[in-house]
Amino acid sequence: MNTEKLIRVIHAIGEKIEAEKDYLTGLDNVIGDGDHGINMSRGFQEVEKTLNAYADKEPGDILKAVGMALVSKVGGSSGPLYGTAFLKMGMALKGKTDISIEDFLKALQVAIDAVMLRGKSVRGEKTMLDAMIPAREAMESAYQEMVGTTFHAEKDSVVGTDSTKEKDSAVGTTFHKEAALTAKVILAAGVKAAWEGVEYTKTIAATKGRASYLGERSIGHQDPGATSFTMMLEALEGAL
Amino acid sequence: MVGFVIISHSKKLADGVVDLTRMMAPDARIVAAGGLEDGSFGTSYEKIQTAIREVYSDDGVILLMDMGSAVMTAEMVLETMNHLNIRMADCPIAEGAVVGTVQAVSGASMEEILEELATLGATPKIS
Repeated sequence: MNTEKLIRVIHAIGEKIEAEKDYLTGLDNVIGDGDHGINMSRGFQEVEKTLNAYADKEPGDILKAVGMALVSKVGGSSGPLYGTAFLKMGMALKGKTDISIEDFLKALQVAIDAVMLRGKSVRGEKTMLDAMIPAREAMESAYQEMVGTTFHAEKDSVVGTDSTKEKDSAVGTTFHKEAALTAKVILAAGVKAAWEGVEYTKTIAATKGRASYLGERSIGHQDPGATSFTMMLEALEGAL
Repeated sequence: MVGFVIISHSKKLADGVVDLTRMMAPDARIVAAGGLEDGSFGTSYEKIQTAIREVYSDDGVILLMDMGSAVMTAEMVLETMNHLNIRMADCPIAEGAVVGTVQAVSGASMEEILEELATLGATPKIS
């Protein structure tokens, strides 16, 4: 994924957040302080303003700018948390002009670790991590599975070609098309697992964040942060 | 003199805590960073940065936060201003502000104040 495509993805995420703003705020009204959708929308409006200046920057710098915009404008916990996640992903992707699915999975792991540190939280506390961690795990498994098959397909496609040059370009094209297709399939696995994670948050009591003040009474309600993460991942998948 | 920044989701609460410290330490270096720019609930990265600059001196600045994003946003500000002498105190916000400013105006160092503030959370009010 290059700069142009990444900017398209971020626009898509912003549109999704804007469309789901009231829904997210509604979820947060029940077990939090009722501002998640409003905050995320304010953050992504700032992101939109920032993006124009980044058309010729590398993907890592764009993600860092997204992170800073969220930290500066969100105002709730999702600001420092998502802000940190985007900042760290940006740092992890420094120097890359084209993000592969493998790069993305590595950077997402860095982001998850940073969110855990920032929020002093782990999986199972009814937070965004309950969508992020299973989504990444599912994508990693899907990736590992597909790497095996793609590798074989590549080798097969090379057989019978005489010129080395042709061989390279044939593999290149095949690989590029397959990479896009592969990414889409892998992301779909991640989105599915993330939604399952959101469902799981309904079954547990919150022990972190504002919802923890409700204790057992938070059971039965889904976590707004897990939901917004899943929506963002879904927007990414849709824009691929 | 050590400075203080009061970080709360509520503008009124942060302003009120600063107001409360005027009772015993009217000359303290203390400012509020409460709510968002438009006055609504939340914690503002930019407001916190501005507030720190306002009370900063080489003696340092102590941040007192309410909860959740107030703590996380303060942490992120600290990470970007890490060349300055700024620390977060782990204590109740109103009591911490009163005790801290009294000590600061009487010349206590940042380390001494932080040590004192760290005991506040465990100090019972009743019995």
